[in-house]
Amino acid sequence: MRIIDVGPGDLAATAIGLLDADHRLALVAAHHDRPQTAGRDAMRVVYLFLGPGDSRIELRLRLDGHRPQVPSLAGLSFPAGRFEREMHDLFGIRSLGHPMPRRLVRHYGWPTGWHPMRHDAGPAPEFGETLGLYPFLEVQGPGVYEIPVGPVHAGLIEPGHFRFSVVGETILKLKARLWFVHKGIEKLFEGNRPADKLTLAEKISGDTAVGHGLAFARAVEDALGIKVPAEAHTMRAILLELERLYNHIGDIGALCNDVGHGILHQHAGRVREQLLRINGEVTGHRLLRGGIVIGGAQVISLPDPDRLSALAADVAETVDLALGHTVVRDRFTGTAVLTLEQARDLGTLGYVARASGLDVDARRDHPGSDPTSAPPLVLREGGDVLARFAVRAGEYQQSTEHINTLTARLHGPGRHVAAERGDPGTGRSGVRTGVGIAEGWRGTIVHRVELTPDGSLSRVKVVDPSFFNWPALPVALRGAIVPDFPLVNKSFNQSYAGNDL
Amino acid sequence: MSGTMVTGTTTTGAGIAVSVLQVALTVVGAPLLVGMMRQVRARMEGRAGAGVGQPWRDLRKLMRKKPLDPHGTGPVFRTAPLIQVATTLMVAAAIPFVSVDTGVGEAADLIAVVALLTLGTAALALAGLDTGTAFGGMGASREMTITALAEPTVLMAAFALSTRVGSTNLPAIVDAGLKDAGRVVSPVSVLAAFALAAVVLAEAGRLPVDNPSTHLELTMVHEAMVLEYSGPDLALVELAAAMRLSVLLGLWSALFLPWGTATSTGVLAVLGATALFVVKVGVLGAVLAAGEVFMAKLRLFRVPELLAGSFLLAVLAVAASFFLE
Repeated sequence: MRIIDVGPGDLAATAIGLLDADHRLALVAAHHDRPQTAGRDAMRVVYLFLGPGDSRIELRLRLDGHRPQVPSLAGLSFPAGRFEREMHDLFGIRSLGHPMPRRLVRHYGWPTGWHPMRHDAGPAPEFGETLGLYPFLEVQGPGVYEIPVGPVHAGLIEPGHFRFSVVGETILKLKARLWFVHKGIEKLFEGNRPADKLTLAEKISGDTAVGHGLAFARAVEDALGIKVPAEAHTMRAILLELERLYNHIGDIGALCNDVGHGILHQHAGRVREQLLRINGEVTGHRLLRGGIVIGGAQVISLPDPDRLSALAADVAETVDLALGHTVVRDRFTGTAVLTLEQARDLGTLGYVARASGLDVDARRDHPGSDPTSAPPLVLREGGDVLARFAVRAGEYQQSTEHINTLTARLHGPGRHVAAERGDPGTGRSGVRTGVGIAEGWRGTIVHRVELTPDGSLSRVKVVDPSFFNWPALPVALRGAIVPDFPLVNKSFNQSYAGNDL
Repeated sequence: MSGTMVTGTTTTGAGIAVSVLQVALTVVGAPLLVGMMRQVRARMEGRAGAGVGQPWRDLRKLMRKKPLDPHGTGPVFRTAPLIQVATTLMVAAAIPFVSVDTGVGEAADLIAVVALLTLGTAALALAGLDTGTAFGGMGASREMTITALAEPTVLMAAFALSTRVGSTNLPAIVDAGLKDAGRVVSPVSVLAAFALAAVVLAEAGRLPVDNPSTHLELTMVHEAMVLEYSGPDLALVELAAAMRLSVLLGLWSALFLPWGTATSTGVLAVLGATALFVVKVGVLGAVLAAGEVFMAKLRLFRVPELLAGSFLLAVLAVAASFFLE
């Protein structure tokens, strides 16, 4: 990890240099330091860039605590603009020269001028009715009408409001307004011991318990210099792929169901249930909680390779039946194309990026101290629903093989944790920081932690891939038709909870 | 066009009894047909299913609820379920399901039957618009598009079927089919059967045109129009939809599988025909449900292609009726 202290004047120039060297802005964390730790009421912003060869570079910028403002990087990187809007809502840090300095995270019921992540924010004030103050852009023209959907939807899904501007059945513009589920998770970490908040990290997005748990554990290990045993690395890789399996087959089935081909959904549901039971046998929890621990991993049993292979054969058959069905194939093909250029400009991650031909995978690109080899990358170029379906189908098979290879290397289940360390604060002074990266099933998850000298968390910043991928949905949908939206949305299947912390 | 009448020119008491029987059969049987179809599908997909009686249990539950009217809706919204139920019941009384001698007689015209069914569709589409919601308008727009595309097929097929008897009177067409089986298996009839089968799927809101089991508002056609209904009104809408499916399947079986339909109003003949009719519609429903397991929903813009195909078959049926008969 390289750390570069920058001033407001040279931030943009340094960022340009890094972006030109194939780095991407992976995380921006603002900090409002308490006077006792930083000496005075100061604000800081950390920009984490990730690049080839597992390059991790942090730019650290100090701000005036009384008038916090940063020069905007929105013109250089699309995700930077969104991070800056998030920072403004949560910390009150203005970004100078932002092309669209509108609220992002802040729900329209939040009182203005209240920034919950500042340490002096106090308890949440009364929420008001300010519905009219944040209007949608109205598309005008003959025959244009609006369809508002949500935030409460039919079916058990998370809340999000979608506003379609439509002519006939063709979508001219879609505005997705999410941010109905702010839980203050980053603040809930603060002041606690890392081991006590691993369970919180596992619940950031319920379907990504291993991904977020692993990223958090790695960040803490990075900060404290903990060396994870080799067996634990292998177990962690197995758990990460088990999570990918049950989520991917769920999506494969749901995509078939959204085009009315229910029987494949039923079979996918059967496979998913088998996987959840295997998860339960492996970790004691159907959603794989408790498998990752700080400094290691623990499993009750190892997944049976024969059962996983049999399920993978079932999945391959389901996928063949889906793609061999002319109507299903017709519904998938060419629907909501996200081009490679769009995928790259928006900074998309995970299967969304790989379905558009963007070659990104943190298992290969950012292994950190993990010596486990990454499974082969599944890449498609269509950028349509079919490509996103095919990437999942391909990854299912790769992950199964990967798990079976890794299982053969282990001698058996058990608990493997780094040797106990003394109190991490003993004999040292100053704040320690660490970055953890994991390729969750949706894409690259990045956590950054800061620990006080006594070993408690003073700041945790979480970035779920959904934060990068959500803006791609309206872009891909331009020109699609309204009845295809549920299918397209499912093909992205981004997390609301992970996006809105 | 009702020149050569065979039976049922006069309304008799027995004929009225037959019509009442058909109406009762439709009301009681339609939810059971839907329940049976869902059960067939569930079993084929490896699920336990909710049972054949579930639609009736749902209707009973809805009927006990308090009626609610969405804000800003008017008489159009309130009367649409009644209109749909009423038109479907009239059609159930008119089509010779169990006997060609129904109480409706002369008025049981194929074109009148189609017009009544369309009246019900139009009433519900207007109700969808009346709610003023985006979904209601969207559903109404889609339903009307599909109806407008299905209508020419129905008229063409009706024309092809009527040329052989010189009448669009339904009892006359069915009676002619009963007396001469060769007419029913003629190329004209087979082409018309396929054309009307596609229309039945479209009008009843089945796959691959509409997905009756979806919860995704944006993909709905029929369900989008009725999203605002609740309680007893929803029960009527659901009942009407179930009856519509039964009546459409019944109409199809009367036209293309007429055997067993009674030609008199004798008690035994009618009872036998009733049993046979139940079996015919049940089998058709089961076949439809089984077929749907292997189907997926067409992209909305491909539905016109399906209906254009059915229209082509109907045109061919008309052409064949001139060249072959």
